[in-house]
Amino acid sequence: MSRKKRGKNTVIFDRPPVIRSAAGIVGEKEGQGPIGSYFDEIIKDPLLGMKSWEEAEAALQSKAAGLALDKIHMQPDDIDYLFAGDLLGQSIATSFGMMELQIPHFGLYGACSTMGESLTLAAMMIDGGFARRTMAVTSSHFASAEKQFRFPLGYGNQRSLAATWTVTGSGAVILEENETCQNVTKTNGKEKSPIHVCGATTGIIVDYGIKDSQNMGACMAPAAAHVIAANFRDLDRRPEDYDRIVTGDLGSVGQKLLFELMEEEGFDISSRHMDCGMTIFDGKTQDTHAGGSGCGCAAVTLCCYLLRQMKEAGWHRILFVPTGALLSKVSFNEGQTIPGIAHGVILEC
Amino acid sequence: MEKQEYQKRVEQVTPKVKSAGTFFKAFLSGGIICVIGQILYNWFYSMGMPHLIANNYTTLILITTSILLTGFGLVSPIVKFAGAGYLVPITGFANSVASCAIEFKREGQVFGIGSQIFAIAGPVILYGTVTSALFGAIYYVILQIGWVG
Repeated sequence: MSRKKRGKNTVIFDRPPVIRSAAGIVGEKEGQGPIGSYFDEIIKDPLLGMKSWEEAEAALQSKAAGLALDKIHMQPDDIDYLFAGDLLGQSIATSFGMMELQIPHFGLYGACSTMGESLTLAAMMIDGGFARRTMAVTSSHFASAEKQFRFPLGYGNQRSLAATWTVTGSGAVILEENETCQNVTKTNGKEKSPIHVCGATTGIIVDYGIKDSQNMGACMAPAAAHVIAANFRDLDRRPEDYDRIVTGDLGSVGQKLLFELMEEEGFDISSRHMDCGMTIFDGKTQDTHAGGSGCGCAAVTLCCYLLRQMKEAGWHRILFVPTGALLSKVSFNEGQTIPGIAHGVILEC
Repeated sequence: MEKQEYQKRVEQVTPKVKSAGTFFKAFLSGGIICVIGQILYNWFYSMGMPHLIANNYTTLILITTSILLTGFGLVSPIVKFAGAGYLVPITGFANSVASCAIEFKREGQVFGIGSQIFAIAGPVILYGTVTSALFGAIYYVILQIGWVG
């Protein structure tokens, strides 16, 4: 087994990369949500001045990446590798959004788990000594996702109570080799160590035979449970070893199922768990049903809320677990199930 | 947890829509749309329009109104309340066609609007036509046998 590998699914980095910069941009509805004040920018025009939803999502991604660079006064040339993805067919928001940066590029698809996948690979790239600085970017857009996976926006579609609302948003994280990082934040005059990506637990594709595309939480909960349990087993940890265990977009239905699945594995994570989808929207007042979803959901919650909470609320170690439902309109129409995947990233400060 | 047991659990924890209230709202909204249609018809008829023409104008106005509402983005909030009450009458049909046309306009006249406009309504048109032809044939046979008519 590799020196860095622990158990079947986990790696621990020798030289954990540092999160040097992070930026999150969202749409108006997300801006009106419970953590709306945390976001870097709230975009009022859902089209971002473009002609189509796909172009708008690409612009969103480009803006988020640009902002993450601006925050640390860097240029695209300062980044060695870029890992990015979105939900659209052939990842067109990424292709067109990231094109102008001209950074050596790896396009990813992990459905809504892409932020976990991109962060894992971006961190591995640095720890492996292949790069000094890498960037992980993902996005989703309510309208482009509806068009791709469901119905036209103007259609009077009836959403089930278990359905989630795709977040319009894009998050970008810049990782840097530990040695070169000067980013030591000061809190109350005391030096606080920056946030590191210490390790990652990579998920497998888990299929429990769910076919309901309006109940993505149920499709993804087994994958999330698997990756969280694998993390505990591989590192011999307990839920108490994390200040928070943060899933991507299970929503209220998926959360219930996750707790039950984890209990069967012998872990009670209910006191440590939070879900980005349930954090970003207020289901009661914003009519989002089970919660938020999409690549952008976990990405912007991480970039703007979780990282800040780690600095301000004293969370020293979190397990960030974006969850993805591997839904395709084609396989769905052909009667296939909807498998899930989740990727765990260990963040410490 | 085994897969089958999990699927059962999913069904148990997934919240269900409360039927009674939904039925009532759909009944009320669908009823209102039909009453509007009836008022329009009576008005046209009273102005001396023949029965069939008055029918067509009534349908035309309901369709046009629904297309306009679709364009202004008002159908989703209406359907949130009305449900099938709005979708089952011709207003729903108009909405399904107009919303596709608007959504796919950016992809061009041919591959966008042309090939996508009936993406939702298409199955209804196809199977509606096939079914009416099928039942027409059955009716014809019954007529020939002399069971009815």
